[in-house]
Amino acid sequence: MTFSTILKASTAVTLIAWAGFATAAEVTLAAGEKLAADQTFTYRTLDQITTMDPGMAEDNESGIIIRDLFEGLYNQDGDGNVVPGVALSHTVSEDGLTYTFTLRPEAVWSNGDPVVAADFVYGWRRAASPELASPYSWYISLMGVENADAVIAGEMPTDALGIKAIDDHTLEVRITAPKPYFPQMVTMYTTFPVNQKAVEANPDSWLDPANFVGNGAYVLTENVPAERTVRERNPLYWDNANTVIEKVTSLVINDENQALTRYLAGELDKTEVPTGQYPRLLEEYPTQAVSFPLLCSYYYNVNLTETGNPALQDVRVRQALSLAIDRDIVVNNVLAGGQVPAYSLTHWATAGFEVPTIEAAGMTQADRNAKAVELMTEAGFGPGGEPLTVDILYNTSDAHKTLAVAISQMWKQTLGVETTLANQEWQTFLDARGAQNYQLARAGWCGDYNEASTFLDIMSTASGYNDSKYSNPEYDALLEQAKTAADPAPLYEQAEQILAADLPLIPVYHYASVFMLNDSIRDWPVGNVQQNTYTKDIYKVEAE
Amino acid sequence: MLLSKATTAAVANAADRAQTEGRSLWKDARIRFFRNKAASLAFYVLIAITLFAIFGGYLAHWDNETIDWPLMGNVSELGGPSFENGHYFGVDDLGRDLFARTVQGTRISLLVGIIGALIAVVVGTLYGATSGYYGGRVDSLMMRTVDILMAVPFMFVLILLLVIFGQSILMIFIGIGLISWLDMARIARGQTLTIKNKEFVEAAVATGVRPMNIITRHIVPNLAGIVIVYSTLLIPSMIITESFISFLGLGVQEPDTSLGALISKGASQMQYGVIWQLLFPLFFFIITLFAFFFVGDGLRDALDPKDR
Amino acid sequence: MLSFILRRLAVAIPTMLILIVISFVLMFAAPGGPFNNDRPLPPEVLANIEARYGLDQPYIVQMTTYVWKVVTQFDFGPSFKYRDQTVNDIIRSGFPVTLVYGFWSFVVAVTVGVSLGVLAALKQNTWIDYLAVGVTVGAQVLPNFVMAPILVLVFTLWLGWLPGGGWNGGQWQYLVMPVIALSTSYMASIARIMRSSMLETLNAGFIRTARAKGLPMRRILWRHAMKPASLPMISYLGPAFVYMITGSVIIDVYFSTGGIGQYFVNSALSRDYSVIMGITILVGALTIGFNLLVDILYAWIDPKIRL
Repeated sequence: MTFSTILKASTAVTLIAWAGFATAAEVTLAAGEKLAADQTFTYRTLDQITTMDPGMAEDNESGIIIRDLFEGLYNQDGDGNVVPGVALSHTVSEDGLTYTFTLRPEAVWSNGDPVVAADFVYGWRRAASPELASPYSWYISLMGVENADAVIAGEMPTDALGIKAIDDHTLEVRITAPKPYFPQMVTMYTTFPVNQKAVEANPDSWLDPANFVGNGAYVLTENVPAERTVRERNPLYWDNANTVIEKVTSLVINDENQALTRYLAGELDKTEVPTGQYPRLLEEYPTQAVSFPLLCSYYYNVNLTETGNPALQDVRVRQALSLAIDRDIVVNNVLAGGQVPAYSLTHWATAGFEVPTIEAAGMTQADRNAKAVELMTEAGFGPGGEPLTVDILYNTSDAHKTLAVAISQMWKQTLGVETTLANQEWQTFLDARGAQNYQLARAGWCGDYNEASTFLDIMSTASGYNDSKYSNPEYDALLEQAKTAADPAPLYEQAEQILAADLPLIPVYHYASVFMLNDSIRDWPVGNVQQNTYTKDIYKVEAE
Repeated sequence: MLLSKATTAAVANAADRAQTEGRSLWKDARIRFFRNKAASLAFYVLIAITLFAIFGGYLAHWDNETIDWPLMGNVSELGGPSFENGHYFGVDDLGRDLFARTVQGTRISLLVGIIGALIAVVVGTLYGATSGYYGGRVDSLMMRTVDILMAVPFMFVLILLLVIFGQSILMIFIGIGLISWLDMARIARGQTLTIKNKEFVEAAVATGVRPMNIITRHIVPNLAGIVIVYSTLLIPSMIITESFISFLGLGVQEPDTSLGALISKGASQMQYGVIWQLLFPLFFFIITLFAFFFVGDGLRDALDPKDR
Repeated sequence: MLSFILRRLAVAIPTMLILIVISFVLMFAAPGGPFNNDRPLPPEVLANIEARYGLDQPYIVQMTTYVWKVVTQFDFGPSFKYRDQTVNDIIRSGFPVTLVYGFWSFVVAVTVGVSLGVLAALKQNTWIDYLAVGVTVGAQVLPNFVMAPILVLVFTLWLGWLPGGGWNGGQWQYLVMPVIALSTSYMASIARIMRSSMLETLNAGFIRTARAKGLPMRRILWRHAMKPASLPMISYLGPAFVYMITGSVIIDVYFSTGGIGQYFVNSALSRDYSVIMGITILVGALTIGFNLLVDILYAWIDPKIRL
């Protein structure tokens, strides 16, 4: 497994046992506001939901629906903190390897059965089983659950997995190495319970509205592929009294501009803002256009193997190219949606992470350009030197194209570097990038969890996502050290400094979520940088 | 891509006359063509568009890829058509000169139309002529193949071709051309069947000319009339197909562009106060297609006196 | 007639088989697989998935299994991307949608197209004719990815008369814009074909005779001219109907109708092999079927044509 996620002791704050934890947040209305009569929420999805099966899901769009239909051990609040879900609290053994969760007795499935520990056992075993062949089965092994790898590989039966129902409301999980971050990991949909009876009654169609059994705040009532899914309040949900939104509809709208038109016509409560339109919309609809950080970074991979461009093996050339990108223009004029210029890999809003002081970040663009020209000349390219042409590979998308065009022009005008742009559709692109069949390739990474190592691990030698094929023993050692360090922050900073010096990737910007949101909606989790949303936590107020 | 049997029949008819009535027909046709006001106007429009596509770049103040930085990020207010800053058609969403891009896009669209049609015509004519000339089992085998290929959803093949061989303008030429030769093959075969019993072919056979030479030297030249008419009708449908490919994002690579790519971008931005990004390329797209349609109709009528 | 149909059907079977083989080969020649993702899968996980979908078998085995299942159980297999669904589910939910708006587009295209074409022919060289020709050529050259957003802007945002997209079980409000956007260019083609064939027919000897006899124009038109003049149009309709269905991707993208058109493109892009195959076969079968239908219709209208 390449996504090592062994988390540090510093995050051990989450280790407190949660006995006296407050029950879920109740709706608190501001003065003079009252709940709207119409409590429906309609939002746009780009594409048909790939699956509503918690064990099978692998993307965020599916996650949004699954978090409404099912509930795991723990949930996240509006700031991404862990709050009780089906589990009320847990204890950890001395060695940090055994977690014992206490489940809430009042939780029931939508068919009336109580939610018991065995449902989690079934859900986890199912997710890891070779028979289900879930593309996210690796998540179980990422959590470090005992025997996960062997179960996934089919070498052990699924009941060898380190999860056990002590009694109906006590669940025991054994992991192979201490993970202070473990409670955060069980907010992920892969770990949600699944109702065995429902699955076995209709193995191929248990997710049809007619057969659906879930334990979330909503139940599935309609699913028209490629058009809409509708979920409605589940009266049996344990916290039904505090759920306000009655009905959630997701409409599939491929084209973001059409979606915006329909939002403006009042058909939607939420849609994404097309690239570059945020300032105009903010001016026109100041209460509806919103932007807040999203835990993803955008960068260009540099191919450092011999299939790459020989000139790019020279760190001075990489430095020059990076310096010549005017990131302020990129974020202010091209994207214009509250994104932040990136000079380092880790997203600035990552919890417990201090953005390191990178030299280039402190310079003016004029100085950066001057230095870039200097470095380029030193390397023997640019004016008076050898002409240089680099290829940028990106996957077919208007946003990536726009950015690549702008950057290629910056390079051309500042450094005289010619750029060839090549766009490939997604599947071909992934093949080419994974096989180091490129010179510079667009990439984006979204944090799996809210901690710096989720970003920095990408560039470790062993990482499967290290498409630059960067390898620096010093860097690897730092990350290894950080896993057990009491305070990993300085180590992360050093790692970022190494990246900034070597530039195996050229950071461009840190993402933001930019969308139009009906201004009668309250409590949208803007502080949840991974946008793990729970519809039960939002509500609509009467318009003034 | 969709040419009706009616067109096909009329085209065939025209070509028939072209080769039975001898050379004077070409002269007649020319006179008839220019007597048709719509067609002759369209013909001159076409010449003008071609000149625009070839030489328009010399009028441009900017090239098609340079970004006018001060305009970028504020295109809806500053980026409109203006003679002062040299952006006659305004700028695109990145601040690039739309005039230069329209010129270049027109060039690509014309090229795709013409070269695509050329490939379709060359492959289709040779295939159809061969099939028709040999007749019998060869003919039926070759024509069944055409039937089968016609049942293949062509959009799917085109997408897969672009996916397998990468996106390049060459691949678009080949992809679009190779898919649309099927109709041409059928028409050419039909014509060949009527030609192959003519004296000059029989004479060639009798003197021992090899079949391949008979096809290329004697049969294909006699299909010229039909080929010309068919091409003018094929070109606009090629341009439309290319615009669809561009809409899917599988068209030419940046910084190059085509009218289809410009229009689909402009259409997506139309409610954002930059309507010129749609109108200018759309204008050239529409008049180009108009012109080809009218020239095609004019040629067909000119070569087929019965219609008038 | 019967032997003709049987003969055609006999050819259709090998045609379909060859179609399957071609699609299979093209599909597996394409770089990238359905399970590629931004995050590369660990090899064991990938192996599990490939085993589940039978992709670990040699191509030839995969192909024969596939064909066997299609032929014997009419089972097109599971979708690789939309994991809750089989290809049969997708076709079952998407195809009726496409069929409904395709059918209405077809009806509109034919009625309006034929009326315009006939009108233009009857009033040849008058302003009505010029207007009709201008309108139809204009309709033919305006790309529907331009027309679709304009329609939504006008009818949804400005006038507020129609919903901006969706299907909602096919209520008429949801049908209007897709039908307009889809039918326009076909309507234009039909009008143009109809005009020229009607002109030709009206100049034919038997019509002149009828007119000389003093029969009323309306009667001549309906009793004598319509049938021969619509022959060329009919041969256009078969492929046109199939194109309406396969070319509907733009309608699905802009109006979010949930039809089969978007799967057609999306599955090719995401390498959802079984969906590509299923839809290719569906479209291939439709093409063959409609061409056959057109030929039969042709023979029925014009008995001179021998099948």
